[in-house]
Amino acid sequence: MAIDGIGAAVRRKEDYRFLTGQGNYTDDISRPNQVHAYFVRAQTAHAKIVRIDTAKAKAAEGVVAVFTGPDMAADAIGGLPCGWLVKNKDGSPMQEPAHPVLALERVRHVGDPIAVVVAETLSQAKDAAELLDIELADLPAVVGLVDALKPGAPAVHAGGNLCFDWHIGDADQVAAAFKNAYKVAKIDLVNNRLIANPMEPRAAVGEYDRATGEYTLFTTSQNPHVIRLLMGAFVLHIPESRLRVVAPDVGGGFGSKIYHYAEEAFVTWAAPKVGRPVKWTAERGESFMSDAQGRDHVTHAELALDKNGKFLALKVNTIANMGAYLSTFAPAIPTYLYATLLAGVYTTPAIYAEVKAVFTNTVPVDAYRGAGRPEAAFLIERIVDIAAAEMGMDRVEIRKRNFIPTNAFPYQTPVALQYDSGDYFATLEGAMKAIDYAGFEARRAAAKKHGKLRGIGISTYVEACGIAPSNIAGALGARAGLYECANVRVHPTGSVTLFTGCHSHGQGHETTYAQLIAERLGIGLDQIEVSHGDTNKIPFGMGTYGSRSLAVGGTAVVKALDKIVDKAKKIAAHLLEAAEADIEFKDGKFTVAGTDKSKSFGEIALTAYVPHNYPLETLEPGLDETAFYDPKNFTFPGGAHICEVEIDPQTGVVKVVDFAACDDVGRVVNPMIVEGQVHGGLAQGIGQALMEECVYDDKGQLRSGSFMDYTMPRADDLPSFKVSTAITLCTHNPLGVKGVGEVGAIGSPPAVINAVVDALKDYGVRHIDMPATPQKIWAIVNGGHRMAAE
Amino acid sequence: MYDFAYHKPATVADAVKLLAADGDAKALAGGQTLIPTLKQRLAKPSAVVDLSAIKDLAGIAVAGGKVTIGAMTRHGDVAASADVKKALPALAALADGIGDPQVRNRGTIGGSIANNDPAADYPAACLALGATIKTNSREIPADAFFLGMFETALKPGEIILSVSFPIPEKAAYAKFGQPASRYALVGVMVAKTASGARVAVTGAAAAVFRWSEAEAALSKSWNAASLDGVKVSPDGLNSDIHAAADYRAHLVGVMAKRAVTAAG
Ligand SMILES: Cc1cc2nc3c(=O)[nH]c(=O)nc-3n(C[C@H](O)[C@H](O)[C@H](O)COP(=O)(O)OP(=O)(O)OC[C@H]3O[C@@H](n4cnc5c(N)ncnc54)[C@H](O)[C@@H]3O)c2cc1C
Repeated sequence: MAIDGIGAAVRRKEDYRFLTGQGNYTDDISRPNQVHAYFVRAQTAHAKIVRIDTAKAKAAEGVVAVFTGPDMAADAIGGLPCGWLVKNKDGSPMQEPAHPVLALERVRHVGDPIAVVVAETLSQAKDAAELLDIELADLPAVVGLVDALKPGAPAVHAGGNLCFDWHIGDADQVAAAFKNAYKVAKIDLVNNRLIANPMEPRAAVGEYDRATGEYTLFTTSQNPHVIRLLMGAFVLHIPESRLRVVAPDVGGGFGSKIYHYAEEAFVTWAAPKVGRPVKWTAERGESFMSDAQGRDHVTHAELALDKNGKFLALKVNTIANMGAYLSTFAPAIPTYLYATLLAGVYTTPAIYAEVKAVFTNTVPVDAYRGAGRPEAAFLIERIVDIAAAEMGMDRVEIRKRNFIPTNAFPYQTPVALQYDSGDYFATLEGAMKAIDYAGFEARRAAAKKHGKLRGIGISTYVEACGIAPSNIAGALGARAGLYECANVRVHPTGSVTLFTGCHSHGQGHETTYAQLIAERLGIGLDQIEVSHGDTNKIPFGMGTYGSRSLAVGGTAVVKALDKIVDKAKKIAAHLLEAAEADIEFKDGKFTVAGTDKSKSFGEIALTAYVPHNYPLETLEPGLDETAFYDPKNFTFPGGAHICEVEIDPQTGVVKVVDFAACDDVGRVVNPMIVEGQVHGGLAQGIGQALMEECVYDDKGQLRSGSFMDYTMPRADDLPSFKVSTAITLCTHNPLGVKGVGEVGAIGSPPAVINAVVDALKDYGVRHIDMPATPQKIWAIVNGGHRMAAE
Repeated sequence: MYDFAYHKPATVADAVKLLAADGDAKALAGGQTLIPTLKQRLAKPSAVVDLSAIKDLAGIAVAGGKVTIGAMTRHGDVAASADVKKALPALAALADGIGDPQVRNRGTIGGSIANNDPAADYPAACLALGATIKTNSREIPADAFFLGMFETALKPGEIILSVSFPIPEKAAYAKFGQPASRYALVGVMVAKTASGARVAVTGAAAAVFRWSEAEAALSKSWNAASLDGVKVSPDGLNSDIHAAADYRAHLVGVMAKRAVTAAG
């Protein structure tokens, strides 16, 4: 029997359901007798709530209840918690202002929920919402993150706008190295704020069972157990034993569905209040102003070089925008997921980074595909290109000269991380070959004949997946563990259900995990089901983000399978009347070594559940094992992305004409899924580089508040990608896997901008901030001075 | 969406009657603008008069040196029409560049023109080709039809029946899409007619307009080089997060030249 195990490019098991419209998303879930919630949101970015009169709305047709912040406060409902405590340089904790579920006293960003109308129909709820009499007194707003730190800036919270002032690395060592520098490359850059825009808007249904006292929340989450933990323990004070959180099919998350959101807490709280299930689904406009947004940094950095182009030291100063409140992960992103990556793929011996996080009157920021690592890669790969220009060196040569040598792993960086494996030369070679790097100048010349400016850009990056281990993360401020749980349940007839604490919202876990099980147990994929997303089915789990599902979640599966096989061997030894040590398990068969005596996996499974001939004194019946796996380290995928662009100097339009990515994602379980993940990541990375930008005006109004103004990348914006892998194995997990979910979005933005800058080299351009829109490029080409180019 | 009454008349006369009887009633064509507006509660019509059951309103005819398109003809049908492609290929190409397939399969020429979105494509074709807009009560030359932002010469309750485009010697439309919406950030339609060149610009200002300097230059000599040095002033042009007025002004020049080159 051919087994679709590790390495097989099998089609995704889940796609039949999705492609035939049989997916079951939160908005597909309607509970008997449910009512609908409509959130009334702030239209101004900063205001004092003077008065809310709900009387007329409450009396409107179909209205069941109207709630405001004070109603929840009266119930001693807690604020939405932040999952990571970052400490200031002096060791004191960051400023962590209260984040009420519904605004109390003040609104702090456009979209901040003020009141909720619960009615028989959504239309009635909206009608009644128009009858609410809300008086707000506008306050001056602060929007830009540099402005937030200026003296006299409007204060978003009583404690001022500084959330934390943090640093990492050795300032003295860096200062000394700069003294000996032959050249210093400098850059000032902005990492543009993005809106994740998953295809499925957020939704939540809360339900309360009077008979059992059990609450159920159906929600669009990447991590239902985390929601249960945060909401139960910190917000609603409900024990986990009476709180079930279900995240059914989820149509994309990209980090924006990690956060424990106000709407989740509200519908769960309101269900017993109104005695009926309460449902809410975001409209797209609400998503724009209430989904956590991503990135948003301003950075100054300097790189010191010696006369051979070797990097001596890197000095980085970053301000990161948290938005109006702290989301679940926000403080960890510009610190432990960004500054710790600043060595990149290079041997830079000394690094010092200072990061200030600030509050502004904008939507909260949280993880967005890559979360911190794209910001690090963008900074490093931009400054390396600038350094090459300063030194008059070739951009490939300067990279190779500074790469961490392939024989230097494990490699300790000066910013805390220890990379276990990698081969940056191999991935660079792979990408250069794929795109015919050597032939570029001929293509540039050909383009010039047609009046086009062609450029090529390289990015060689490393990232860190599966944030861990829990004890170190805890020491650095994480308020939760970062392990993963898997429960492998072998059924009596030998079919298997895997319960995983990870959550698939596009990643293809139902297939990848099944392949791990098929490989190990020697059974067909059709014998395996993967279950995720329901806290009542799965012992525990931390969910899916940070490309952790295979490296952490998959390893938990392997550990549970180890236990299954161990126990199955004991049963086989009993049945085959042999010593356990003599039992070999291969291709789904337990064999006594050196004999032809064997039992199939199915026979063992049946024996485990029908233990007539069974060592009952020494072994429990059943074949159902759970494992929790806490990784020893992050995994470190890396690679090289090369982008080729053509610019129309008349219009400023940048066209990506070719793109090659050669990534080291560790062992590949399903090449088709890996390729798909890279494609999606590249689309989002190219989107950030050329198109996407969340724009607020100076009053905090969202000017890119719909798809009419927020530019998403589309298929015809993208070339046919040349995607390949050149792998090294992770050394500290049994599968040797690293992660692939985010590499595309991490490696690509600097490759694109480096290509754009290269195309414009005759115009004296050193740097262009993302997104490199046609208007910006045109201004550069036409000598405009009001634009962002230096 | 607020509640409204829904009517689906079978004749123009009935539609006109329904609209005349109720000042707050609105005609519904392809719904690509009206339905989102209703969903966002930005409009509160008392009634919606759906024109889709009126048979005579849809269809394409080429006769007497004119291409006549019924108001309810979908963009996709104009784009795919062999007759339009043959007689007035620039118009088929313009229709093919509106929105996406879903929008083209629903949106109508009558709806587009009645709406007169400053970034819509069809108004540029009407103006550059010197079209005539026929309503239930009169015929309006394009030059007198597009009055301002979302503003037309239509009277309350007046329904567009068809649009007639005189077939020019040459014509082409060049569109620079707004990156997010892909409506026209700037769209320029040029036409060479027996009585001279006509150039209409959409997307750039509050409403579609004719660019007389370009018309004069092209009437003298029909080629892209004639437009060298002919510039549109950025004063009064639209300015937003995608394009400031000076960039729009520049794009008008670039798109006009490209249109002339494409027209041949
Ligand atoms: C995603 C998207 C992308 C789009 N992209 C583009 C684009 O690139 N270029 C472009 O030009 N347009 C674009 N559009 C607009 C679209 O092409 C339609 O033309 C436009 O929405 C109006 O046509 P409709 O038939 O949908 O009219 P409706 O939405 O039904 O009606 C619009 C208005 O016209 C009135 N009306 C309709 N028919 C008549 C009539 N016969 N007589 C009098 N009044 C009438 C209605 O009362 C209403 O006020 C886009 C729309 C969407 C949703």
